[in-house]
Amino acid sequence: MNSELTHRLSELLEQVTGFIYPNEIEIHWSILIVVYPYVTGLVAGAFILASLVKVFNVVEVRPTYRLSLLTALAFLLIAPLPLVLHLGRPERAFEIFLSPNLSSAMAMFGFVYAWYLMGILLLEIWFEYRRDLIVWARQKRFPMSFLYRVLALFSTDISDKAVELDSRAAKIITMIGIPSAFLLHGYVGFIFGSVKANPWWSSVLMPIVFLMSAIVSGIALVTLLYMIITPLRGKPIDIRCLDKITSYLFYAVIVDFALEGLDFIHRLYESEESVKILSALIDQKLFISVLVMQVVLGMIVPLIMLVAVKAGRLNEDLRKLFYFTSCILIQIGIFSMRWNVVIGGQLFSKSFRGLMTYKMEVVGVEGLLMAAALLIAPFLVLAVLLKLLPAWKEAEEH
Amino acid sequence: MCGANKKSFWRNIPDQIIRLAVVTVLLVGGAGAIYILLPASLTSTKLHRELTVTAETEKPIRFAGSTLCGDCHQIEYEKKIVGYHKSLSCETCHGAAAAHVDDPMAATPFVPREREVCPVCHEYDPSRPTGFPQINPTIHNPLQSCANCHNPHDPVPPTTPQECSACHAGIMRTKSVSSHALIACTTCHKVPEQHKIFPRIVRATKPESRDFCGTCHSQGSSERSAPKIDLSRHEERYVCWQCHYPHLPAERL
Amino acid sequence: MKRRDLLKNLIVFLPVSRSFFSCAAQASGTAPIQGYDPDNHLYGMGIEVSKCIGCGKCIEACKTENNVPQEPFFCRTWVERYIVRNDKSVAVETVRTTQKETRAAPNEKDILRSFFVPKLCNQCEHPPCVQVCPVGATFQTRDGVVLVDSDRCIGCRYCIQACPFGARYLHPEKRTADKCTFCYHRVVKGLLPACVEVCPTQARIFGDLKSKASQLVRFQRMNNVHVLKPHLNTEPKVYYSDLDGVVT
Repeated sequence: MNSELTHRLSELLEQVTGFIYPNEIEIHWSILIVVYPYVTGLVAGAFILASLVKVFNVVEVRPTYRLSLLTALAFLLIAPLPLVLHLGRPERAFEIFLSPNLSSAMAMFGFVYAWYLMGILLLEIWFEYRRDLIVWARQKRFPMSFLYRVLALFSTDISDKAVELDSRAAKIITMIGIPSAFLLHGYVGFIFGSVKANPWWSSVLMPIVFLMSAIVSGIALVTLLYMIITPLRGKPIDIRCLDKITSYLFYAVIVDFALEGLDFIHRLYESEESVKILSALIDQKLFISVLVMQVVLGMIVPLIMLVAVKAGRLNEDLRKLFYFTSCILIQIGIFSMRWNVVIGGQLFSKSFRGLMTYKMEVVGVEGLLMAAALLIAPFLVLAVLLKLLPAWKEAEEH
Repeated sequence: MCGANKKSFWRNIPDQIIRLAVVTVLLVGGAGAIYILLPASLTSTKLHRELTVTAETEKPIRFAGSTLCGDCHQIEYEKKIVGYHKSLSCETCHGAAAAHVDDPMAATPFVPREREVCPVCHEYDPSRPTGFPQINPTIHNPLQSCANCHNPHDPVPPTTPQECSACHAGIMRTKSVSSHALIACTTCHKVPEQHKIFPRIVRATKPESRDFCGTCHSQGSSERSAPKIDLSRHEERYVCWQCHYPHLPAERL
Repeated sequence: MKRRDLLKNLIVFLPVSRSFFSCAAQASGTAPIQGYDPDNHLYGMGIEVSKCIGCGKCIEACKTENNVPQEPFFCRTWVERYIVRNDKSVAVETVRTTQKETRAAPNEKDILRSFFVPKLCNQCEHPPCVQVCPVGATFQTRDGVVLVDSDRCIGCRYCIQACPFGARYLHPEKRTADKCTFCYHRVVKGLLPACVEVCPTQARIFGDLKSKASQLVRFQRMNNVHVLKPHLNTEPKVYYSDLDGVVT
């Protein structure tokens, strides 16, 4: 038997307070499962932002439209990796397609994912870029021109009629896409919310809370990317666009905050048998990550900053600074929220009598470095995508 | 007319849609083809479950079961099934013995002779049910093997226990912290000698009347340290132990 | 017209899988032993709490019979000691099986009541673990035992999260979920599960719920029985007699 594992578990056993069932000492869903809902949340959020342009015709947000789509794609491509890597038998992951158990929320992952990737995101990006792909295929030299032709599926029609059709198709896909994005992330919340054995997870609000926090984190991420990439391109930041996005961000944070507050108060007021151990959990294990990181730094401070921007007539630079800071804080807050749900839900015994400890590995497959790599990977993918499918070229030509 | 309409319908489908449809058909068709080509062992849930049940059924048996041992070990077996250990399986103490049943020479079951073995069950533990025979291994004939005095196949105490606490540890524990701590059990219970040998057949007596408690607690009793009451006026419709637990009298029931 | 075609295309994108239609039958498995019909049996276990002496023989026997790793972090069955103190506070610990370790002797004068409770997989009628398994690797047999197919399990550990009783663990070598099978390989051949076989006080009663003459049915007739966490509606088939209210 693996002596390293024995050693690690014996160490953890010493840190147990109270009583836990013997099999509970091992924390099964590690940091990778924290990364997974975080990354999927960014996908759903970025897509919702893109839909503001297409469906709701919010013209100000137009400069971020393609960026949001590509961000969603980059993160979606990485999203299954943490899941597959954390499996005990990763080589069997394909079974989820071959013999899915229809009563399992998790079995639907493959199908929801495939639908969202192929049915929504790739289609919408294809329609959005098709005209440009044809133009680029004509402009560039051999290997690239061929690649663009393949990506355009060898179509050549850039008549007004065809481009008009592209635009209408993209709009329809976005309309289907919004409920799909809701499905994608609401479903992630459902995976946790439907575990009746775990009172920290089991809540009907879980899918909605996940969804709102996804929207918050996705909008904040695209804002950050826009604020970083635009100066790098040597272009001025469109402050009207920023003002508009962050006001949507503000509303989303308010709704998210209200939902999470409602969940918290509801639990406290109902005070079911688990309330004691959950209080101990927050008090002894999650104090910093719930109260300081998630609530104060991740929500209250950004809210105050966004209110300050709205209330006081700050100048542009100060506004940008406030937007930037609050977006970073929101990312920290949402990541902490994922941490608190996933890890927090496994730190107390289902006997409601004791608390466990999670000790993160550093180098292992389920360790800190892997998690960091998985969080950086989408940005690398995004860089490639932006290189391949420039998000602002079209605007410059006009 | 109709044919021309149909033709224009097909022509009217935009170029993009046709291209996407081709890709879709290729993807879905490819996935479908792969799925059909895969062996049933990968896709059939029913088959997989049947295989699991079979595999589970074929797992090796380690514990042979108590009914087999008597075939060879008649003396021990017949002794055991009438004694206090009659409900024990042989393998409870001797360990898994299926290998021994298959080939008696190849594997010999464990024979517990060490003093550490019996206290696993018989060491005193306050969580154990009352009446279960327990000892304190540090003071109970230290350094002796249990089997020196007790035959494990027919365990009876070699000498009759003298202390009541040998069996009634829970009551002794309670009484020892009560104001009745110094009163011997036999003050209130008459214990026939046979009770120690056949505890459930020959019972010890219990006090039956208010007057019995009154021998110490009524006014005019010669027992000076006991608290006094007027027997004729103190809750005369009840017997004492309806309100006072005699082994812990300070506590009102 | 164009729009309709577009939608058609999108629908075709949904991966169509055969098992969508051959909808996973929850219970399956053929007769593994000649003359054994799983439909004629439904296994369960009774636990007489007042008989358990906390010796831990069942834990050892289970590990031997089923190749469970010896480390105390992996248990198909275990025994809990409950101590209710005079101030009504409850202390619980798992009984250790290694004899060399001294028992944590509780301060007797402080005890209001104390007892042992054996635990194992409850082989629930509505098992949450089976519900959540994404690949259908864990399932209920027709005779009512929940098994894990270790050749199919992908090790996602959703079932471990979903089990309210902590009965499952990830096997450290196989890297798949593992749990009590009621010693399925024994019971289909008419033997008792290993833990029942070695229990010195007959605190564990194994039997067939479909047989009126079984020990288990008799146990249910003679005792006030209770199951663990009834509010979760998993309908366990491990029944406890006179279970104390503090047991979780």
